[in-house]
Amino acid sequence: MHELSVTENLLKLALKHAEPTKANRITDLYLVIGQLSSIIDDSVQFYWDFVSKGTLAEGAQLHFERIPTEFLCLDCNKSYFPDEEQVSCPYCDGIRIKILTGNEFRLEAIEIEN
Amino acid sequence: MRKKIPVVENILSANDRLAEENRKTLDQAGIFSLNFMASPGAGKTSLIEHILKGLIEGVSIAVIDGDVATSIDSDRAQAAGAIALQINTGGECHLDAVMISGALTKLDLSQIDLLIVENVGNLICPSGFQLGTHKSVLIASIPEGDDKPYKYPAMYRGVDALIINKIDLLPYVPFDMEYFRRGVEVLNPGLITFPLSCRTGEGVENFIKWIAGQVKQTTVPTKLRLKHQP
Repeated sequence: MHELSVTENLLKLALKHAEPTKANRITDLYLVIGQLSSIIDDSVQFYWDFVSKGTLAEGAQLHFERIPTEFLCLDCNKSYFPDEEQVSCPYCDGIRIKILTGNEFRLEAIEIEN
Repeated sequence: MRKKIPVVENILSANDRLAEENRKTLDQAGIFSLNFMASPGAGKTSLIEHILKGLIEGVSIAVIDGDVATSIDSDRAQAAGAIALQINTGGECHLDAVMISGALTKLDLSQIDLLIVENVGNLICPSGFQLGTHKSVLIASIPEGDDKPYKYPAMYRGVDALIINKIDLLPYVPFDMEYFRRGVEVLNPGLITFPLSCRTGEGVENFIKWIAGQVKQTTVPTKLRLKHQP
């Protein structure tokens, strides 16, 4: 059910930005989603077809850019891509980290027709 | 003609903005608020019952309970002495700022010092939706297993305090505390942690003391406020 509210928010956001442009149609949405954000592309697409019906954005194409999670080790200053098996630093086993990427959850741009 | 328009806005920005409004409302009323998140059965409601029993005199507590269905939790909170309000999300897996905003209009805020929001039992979705509460508390529990920080990083990363409930079960279930704490430390360095058991009561006092300290910092107890009213 999480994806449904995310999709509704996405639609509202796209319509808000399309409105002042007097667009006839929103044809594409470009999303940037970090790996740490727990949403599933297929589910969003599924709900999208449903919630966008009858709006300017009906039938618009969703483009997902997935950003992998990257950590910076604050002990040895090296960056790495963690996975479930290895969250600590693979170089020095440090666990003081800073998240460099992976938190992204934004609508980057929309494409309109007018 | 086709044209690309930059947006660059968080998908849940509308929710975040409303959460900020909720925070302002709470601040103006002098209420300290907590968002309790956990998996189903971790002990959110039991912990709230302990808080209601154990918190210092003169602190008036309200509980907003979020569940997919039933009023079992708010009934329990009310029976334990709280001003309780149930939100049935009708299938939604989390509370959001809109639901809290609606709930706040139904409460007499001038009579409340501490507001506890009991989120829907779920380790994924609630972490994405800001409510406007001051602090988020995650209630983990021993039987869930020691791998949960690794499996639900977003939840562990975003909280201000961690409860480890059901420590009375440690002798009976495999739970590597070192492994668990290491996972927490990576995601949320220095996170304040309260191992306790709602069943035996062990350790509960420490968490209640922490809450009492937080309430003192942000609110004026109801009774004192009333004295200044005409």
